[in-house]
Amino acid sequence: MDIFQNLIFGFSVALSLQNLLYCFIGCLLGTLIGVLPGIGPLATIAMLMPITFNLPAVSALIMLAGIFYGAQYGGSTTAILVNLPGETSAVVTCIDGYQMARQGRAGVALAIAAWGSFFAGTFCTLLIALFGPPIAEMALKFNSPEYFSLMLMGLVAAAVLAQGDMVKSLAMVTLGLLLGSVGTDVDSGWARFSFDIIELTDGIGFVVVAIGVFAVGEIVSNLGEMEERVVFTSNVGTLFPTLADMKRSIGPIVRGTLLGAFFGVLPGTGPAIASFSSYMVEKKISKNPEEFGHGAIEGVAGPESANNADAQCKFIPMLTLGIPASGTMALMLGALMIHGIAPGPTVMTKNPDLFWGLIASMWIGNLMLVLLNLPLIGLWVSLLKVPYRLLFPAIMVFSSIGIYSINNSPFDIYLTAVFGLVGFLWLKLGCPPAPLMLGFVLGPMMEENLRRAMLISRGDPMVFLTRPISLGFVIATVLIVILMAAPAVRKRRGNITG
Amino acid sequence: MKLAFRNNRDFWAGLMFAGIGASAMFIARNYPFGNSLRMGPGYFPRVLGGVLILFGAYVMVRGLRSNEKIGGNWSIRALIVLPLAMVLFGVLMDSLGFIPALAALIFGSAAASREFKFVEVLLLTVLLTSLSMAMFIWGLGLPYPLIKIL
Repeated sequence: MDIFQNLIFGFSVALSLQNLLYCFIGCLLGTLIGVLPGIGPLATIAMLMPITFNLPAVSALIMLAGIFYGAQYGGSTTAILVNLPGETSAVVTCIDGYQMARQGRAGVALAIAAWGSFFAGTFCTLLIALFGPPIAEMALKFNSPEYFSLMLMGLVAAAVLAQGDMVKSLAMVTLGLLLGSVGTDVDSGWARFSFDIIELTDGIGFVVVAIGVFAVGEIVSNLGEMEERVVFTSNVGTLFPTLADMKRSIGPIVRGTLLGAFFGVLPGTGPAIASFSSYMVEKKISKNPEEFGHGAIEGVAGPESANNADAQCKFIPMLTLGIPASGTMALMLGALMIHGIAPGPTVMTKNPDLFWGLIASMWIGNLMLVLLNLPLIGLWVSLLKVPYRLLFPAIMVFSSIGIYSINNSPFDIYLTAVFGLVGFLWLKLGCPPAPLMLGFVLGPMMEENLRRAMLISRGDPMVFLTRPISLGFVIATVLIVILMAAPAVRKRRGNITG
Repeated sequence: MKLAFRNNRDFWAGLMFAGIGASAMFIARNYPFGNSLRMGPGYFPRVLGGVLILFGAYVMVRGLRSNEKIGGNWSIRALIVLPLAMVLFGVLMDSLGFIPALAALIFGSAAASREFKFVEVLLLTVLLTSLSMAMFIWGLGLPYPLIKIL
């Protein structure tokens, strides 16, 4: 019965007028910006993040979470209407969603995507409420060696399992850890890599890296490409699926949710894997597989639910262990730390209002998305027509003011410009920036835990192998690397993502 | 076989990783290393720098073998103008105030695009500046002077 009490407590936090308002604003702003072409969820969260820093921690996290679902939903909207996936997980939605739009059934596709996401969101909210506390309780017994091994596993898994080049991802994680060590060393007071610049002795701002790499870098890249976008908006059609549509969608939604939740709790597997496998499953068990690729509603319902379930379940390791399993979660974790909350299993006991309030607000946020977005589809469609040359100056304005407002310092702006250039370079060189963000956020914590573990063991690195839980994490890390480096798996992975 | 690395994606990526790793190790050469029982401030960065060099070398060699090219187009204009606009914003925020800084940022950003149209950008500037004023100065109460008189 405990879980019900906790959930009721959570709802009492999330349903306060203030938090409800921030959840609403978050969902609205997230969708608004997520729907704009050429701006992915990571850039959306990064640029809106400074706005939340003035709020109390609970409201800030609730708003950020709202921005996150909103941005994600915005991504599927562009996938369906413009055939333009905001991020990799929406690629699958493009296949059948865009075909449905071309048949004048965009409204139905959007509605099914919204309802599927809502179902997935509800399921995952319950999942977090059920499994969050036991996981956190277990993690409370962890000591530094366990934490170090766990973070190592989280980083390696996230780098290796995500799409793209495994070695480059690992190199980017390492680079992120190195960036995280810039600034005054807490242990000795040494100013590392500060080049006698006072601002750098405080370390590099987390928002500076995020906005530089994800927003500015992407803009520079987009300005180089400048592709023409065909907006398919002549007829969104009805928003109400027929009874037949609903019957066809229920199965895929349930299966997609389960698949997504499964992949979601695994560290590192990106939402793309969840949505791709859902699509494969639906195509395989369908009685008319030939419809797939020509506007089959199952091809929207399944992957959209899977993708949302995965995204939501990524909150489990973030909230209970302090391990971000994706770029977005790294941003969330950074936001937690900026509000002075030490991430890890103690969040639940020390800040129960934040933990349970956030969980309850996830469900509310998902409901809001359905209630808010379906009636507003007309507005989103007209936003899609705004040309990029008018959009990106606006992004620059919000990003720049946001960064400046954190420390009231022009230095942060200059540094962001540098990260923008570097971020563009990374995009061009095929080096994924999300793993860098994970390393950057976890770096200081990892160093601290390594130091403590070494103190406990009197300098013997075997400590990571002699403690059973830590050994488990180390073995899992090695297994993940071996499995993914094996040629057979590599080839199959290429087929799925390629 | 001609070694073509001018456009070789992984060669440059690897070189970047190795270069950063080497510079990190060089800069951190004087930070106390400590020992594994009591790690000094130089321990973590130097180990990471070493790991980065290894990754970089691997990626470089692999790039020379696979010879994958850097894809897509560049906009040199955007690469120069956009960061400059940000720097200008930073400078003007401290010297002339919120409105001039924003105007410079918006004009500068828009100028980074090849589709720059003066009248359109002027309207955009007015719109975005008033919107930001409403949101950040009055809405969120950020304490920036709108215009500083010299």
